[in-house]
Amino acid sequence: MNNAFIAVLRRDLLLAWRSRADLLVALSFFVVVASLFPFGVGSDPDQLRAIGPGVVWVAALLATLLALPRMFSQDFDSGVLEQLLLSQEPPVAWVSAKIAAHWLSTGLPLVVVSPLLALMYGLEPGAIKVLALALLIGTPILSLIGAIGAALTLGLRGAGSLLALLVLPLMVPVLIFGAGSVDAWASGIGLRAHLLLMGGGLFAALALAPSASAAALRITMD
Amino acid sequence: MLEIHDLACLRGDRLLFRRLGLSVQAGELWRIAGANGVGKTSLLRLLCGLATPDTGEVRWQGKTIRQERESFHAALLYLGHAPALNDLLTPLENLHFACAAAGDAVSPSDCSAALTRIGLGQQLDLPAKVLSQGQRRRVGLARLFLATQRPLWILDEPFTALDVAAAAELAQVIAQHASTGGMVIFTSHQEADFGMPVRTLDVGAFSA
Repeated sequence: MNNAFIAVLRRDLLLAWRSRADLLVALSFFVVVASLFPFGVGSDPDQLRAIGPGVVWVAALLATLLALPRMFSQDFDSGVLEQLLLSQEPPVAWVSAKIAAHWLSTGLPLVVVSPLLALMYGLEPGAIKVLALALLIGTPILSLIGAIGAALTLGLRGAGSLLALLVLPLMVPVLIFGAGSVDAWASGIGLRAHLLLMGGGLFAALALAPSASAAALRITMD
Repeated sequence: MLEIHDLACLRGDRLLFRRLGLSVQAGELWRIAGANGVGKTSLLRLLCGLATPDTGEVRWQGKTIRQERESFHAALLYLGHAPALNDLLTPLENLHFACAAAGDAVSPSDCSAALTRIGLGQQLDLPAKVLSQGQRRRVGLARLFLATQRPLWILDEPFTALDVAAAAELAQVIAQHASTGGMVIFTSHQEADFGMPVRTLDVGAFSA
């Protein structure tokens, strides 16, 4: 089980590094989308502080979505996916590795950059930490749910927009509790409930999404 | 060892072939023949378990390949139409990844030896995107040297894009594998000299 996991994780991270310009596009998209809102809603500091967490979350969600179709499509076109399906190792192992590599190369940079955007919206230091923590728990869920959609839409015409339609509704709960955690912290209710719910969601996604994606890939390749 | 019963393949709403049966024993070399579009690649994908048959079944050592997926895939080497390379990786990285992902413990030095043997000694460190079609094919075929412990080889058009010398050597490697108790099933439009009897299955004879 470990062989295929490590081989795929190492290769995908190496590929992400070699095509880092693509990753930079997703990251810049995140920054640009989040920077657009003040132009639209005006520059009232209180208002910006109120919408900041939500805007950063929506931008992170869209940036994740932008990078999702790449998760399997290259390997699908080149025939690597066929070879992986014929591996003697269980498909869940290498599908998990692909999702992990995808999150490390697209989700984690978003988490790292988010304090910068939060600062731009005038969030206080405590709120910035809460936002980053919520993104750290939430973005892996986005990658895991997205993997199922990416596997299902593989090889279809207009896969990108279909993928968005398919997975965006599933990502709404993550958005609600992720953005809500900052408000909960600021209003003094405490973070516990939000983080526990998101943590539970992460474990559920970890348990279910890799096997669901593997099953979807097998159907797509049939 | 590998047995096929009453296999049918539907593509879209067209029936490609039906009632196809075959039994492959150790040491046999099988060529799948037939005109373009008759379903040769579809048949090979069914044999590998990449596609599910609409009727009939494929058995490996008496059990259907669905039941025995892991042990069947441990015994199988399939090289498809596409050479399964990533353009950003070198031939060495591609080959080492292909072996590791398939579950074979192969060291990078074994991989570079296999690539050198197949004539890519000069291209070990170049990205795969600068390789020619024939060279890309060879990177895929280098896995043959590293998978001799897998008894069943299924090769889709292995001779395509190869030059005469490379094709002759490939035929020798295939014959060698069959003569040491392996099984090879391949498709090809080229004639090759294997120096041993080649059985032929004409898919066209089963077309509906």
